[in-house]
Amino acid sequence: MKVELKNIHKHFGPIPANDGVTLTVEPGTLHGLLGENGAGKSTLMKVLSGFLSPDRGEILLDGKTVRFHSPAEAVALGVGMLHQDPLDFPALRVIDNFLLGSPREFLLDRKHHKDRLNELADRFGFKLDPEARVSDLSIGERQQLEIIRLLALGVSVLILDEPTTAISAQQRENLFNALNRLTGEGKTILFVSHKLDEVKGLCGKVTVLAHGKVAGEAAADCPTEELVKMMFGQAFTIGKRCEVTLGEPIFELQDITLSDWRLEVKGLSLKVREGEVVGLTGLEGSGQQMVLRGCAGLLKPSVGRIWIDHQDLTGRPYQDFIEAGVGYMPAGRLEEGLIAGMTLAEHMALIETNPAFFIDWNRAGEKASQRIREFNIKGQPTTLVEGLSGGNQQRTLLSLLPPQPKLLLMEHPTRGLDMESVEYIWRLLQARTREGTAILFISSDPEELLDRSDRILIFFGGKVKVMDACGASLFQLGESIGGKGFG
Amino acid sequence: MPAAPACFSLANRSEAKALDNRWIHQTLLLRISAILMALLLSAMIFMVLSASPLDAFSLILYGAFGSWAKLAYVMTTWAPVLLCSAGLLITFAAGLWNIGIEGQIVMGAVFATGLMQALQGSLPPSAVLILAGMAGLAGGALWGMLVGGLRRYGNVNEIFGGLGLNFIAGSLTVYLVLGPWKRPGIGSTSGTEPFPPSLWLPSLKEFQASPIEILLGLMAITSVAIALRGTHFGLQLRAIGMNVRAAFLKGISVDRNIFLAFGLCGALAGLAGWILIVGTSARHNLFPLISSGYGYLAILVVLLANLKAFWSVPISFFFAAISMGSLQLPLQRQLDSSLGGVIQGMLVLSILVIHGIRSRWFQREG
Repeated sequence: MKVELKNIHKHFGPIPANDGVTLTVEPGTLHGLLGENGAGKSTLMKVLSGFLSPDRGEILLDGKTVRFHSPAEAVALGVGMLHQDPLDFPALRVIDNFLLGSPREFLLDRKHHKDRLNELADRFGFKLDPEARVSDLSIGERQQLEIIRLLALGVSVLILDEPTTAISAQQRENLFNALNRLTGEGKTILFVSHKLDEVKGLCGKVTVLAHGKVAGEAAADCPTEELVKMMFGQAFTIGKRCEVTLGEPIFELQDITLSDWRLEVKGLSLKVREGEVVGLTGLEGSGQQMVLRGCAGLLKPSVGRIWIDHQDLTGRPYQDFIEAGVGYMPAGRLEEGLIAGMTLAEHMALIETNPAFFIDWNRAGEKASQRIREFNIKGQPTTLVEGLSGGNQQRTLLSLLPPQPKLLLMEHPTRGLDMESVEYIWRLLQARTREGTAILFISSDPEELLDRSDRILIFFGGKVKVMDACGASLFQLGESIGGKGFG
Repeated sequence: MPAAPACFSLANRSEAKALDNRWIHQTLLLRISAILMALLLSAMIFMVLSASPLDAFSLILYGAFGSWAKLAYVMTTWAPVLLCSAGLLITFAAGLWNIGIEGQIVMGAVFATGLMQALQGSLPPSAVLILAGMAGLAGGALWGMLVGGLRRYGNVNEIFGGLGLNFIAGSLTVYLVLGPWKRPGIGSTSGTEPFPPSLWLPSLKEFQASPIEILLGLMAITSVAIALRGTHFGLQLRAIGMNVRAAFLKGISVDRNIFLAFGLCGALAGLAGWILIVGTSARHNLFPLISSGYGYLAILVVLLANLKAFWSVPISFFFAAISMGSLQLPLQRQLDSSLGGVIQGMLVLSILVIHGIRSRWFQREG
């Protein structure tokens, strides 16, 4: 099936995720879609698979214009998507997941469908026990299940969104073999990734997205350098923080191992000094958030120790980390950071250290006014936080952090903000580092990382590479985010 | 220079006031239409039972306010509902559904009865009464914290934990009434041996209601309102209720606060249980189902008041009046007194439905 996307626009609020994307994929080919975080790959694929409807633009399948209102409609017309995190039902058995959304029969002929499942699995060299619980499967096996489920539904265009972030080398090989076989059978495959060598090895043709637009198209055998330039732009940025003097070591990770259900970061050691700024980056879900939350005491490492200012905090509760001088700022402003329904003054009263029994509302109001001035927040002490704009919410979050923490941990401190706000926030942060605060921050913006960090930790499928930001180029950083040097 | 900000804030304030006014009009309109809807639906049910709705409504009104004695009866029903509403305002603020409140009332009554049986005769009656009140507080608090403990350590949702503990508390009363605390000679489910009038709360001569009960209820709801608005504990509870994750990340100890919320709500419910033993219109003994649904009624009250302490006061009074007034239905018209409960339920459902429709409508607009 031939897939054509014409002039697709999709905005989230004021931010364009897709800004006039046009893309053609020939039937029976494996087409790569490359781009850094936030380039608009996932949004485009969600539009194509019916999860999102575009603001403007057209989708054509074999030359015919189609409109999907749900993923089910897209599947019925032959387009299925395999998500980065499998959208399955872990509590159910393999066979039940396989049947979900498929037959329109009242009583299920389980025997018949089991045979169908086995037959499909065999054809692609997958090993799936129909009676196993999905929760006992590895991510790779869950992907295999999802692929054959979509195929059983008659899908002829298959979209894979970063399918190799959390699977073993063996499973990856199985997956690639299966994909090659599928294109041989005439299926069309869109392979979304940020891993350069995978895309080059697998796909015939590559489209690169950057900032919601098509940055270029190339045959996959074009030089890596060209692809990186398309992904990250031509701008000549190099790390700038070269003359900052750092203090004593204040924070140390000793050989820690952290893991969740899909990923493991193993044996990470890191020493951070007073006033140092360390950027964490990589494709979303490569382990950077896990490490940051580990540093905050929100995730307990299974191995290794965490030291803050010569104090061993390994395995201690989050409250102890706060007391030791750690400030943590989550990415979700209204989800995890602020309390919607409460005013700025109420937030001030809430973070009062050593609170008395009764609240001194005058004091809380004064404190709020003072922070409003200091952080340039456009609001009043009586303003509800959900009534603030995104940038002002972010400044409010910053204003709620302890005034002189030893270590600041921040997830995307400037995401979605205008240039002026970004500049302002970094000025505030840098003033703190001059007084000795060390900062670890997650960002997906390579220029921000190079501009603001002393060192950059690059995450790739749970592996970590440390890069000195001083003098490093955008190109080097881009290559590393794309997987170069991770072996 | 100072002129500009003053101007600015003035504009803002009038804007805020306009918004406030609009909000008040909308909510008021909402409430009134919900009440009309509830009355209409209840009227339809009365018609199905071939009773005249107007006649039934006036009977209920007469039953509640027809004489001083009847009004006194309403007042003594009001007190436990007020106490339970006060408690539920605390748990609801923290986003918790304390369905276990019925069991907490029962345990308050059990503890109070136990203490009075043990000390009656050996201490002056007033001392026994006060100690029994404390025992009631303790019994309810214990049962409430058990719900909190099940949630924290056993990962049992407070709704299921509370429901389970309600059944256990109910069975315990049956066991006590038929077993260790049975009346001399005959053990029957009608309850334990009634306490002598010296162990009743004192009431006014002309008006058969104890001011102590109502004062306790009003004091409880006022203190809760002040605590939720003006103390750090209340602020933290509200933060937990609005966004538990953000509250935790701000360093608030969520577990301790939730424990406290359950304990305090249980204590107030336990005090209501004590009133059901020693109060003016009580039967002055422990019997199965002593909580009589007052806890559930209070849940309806607080929901109808949209979790606002101020509105809980008149609404709980109104509900107490409906409950007492509907007792006239079987006496005068061979209708079931539970029809009062139907009206109460209809009210809450109407409010929730209209609220839901409005927020959907707003969503579509926004």
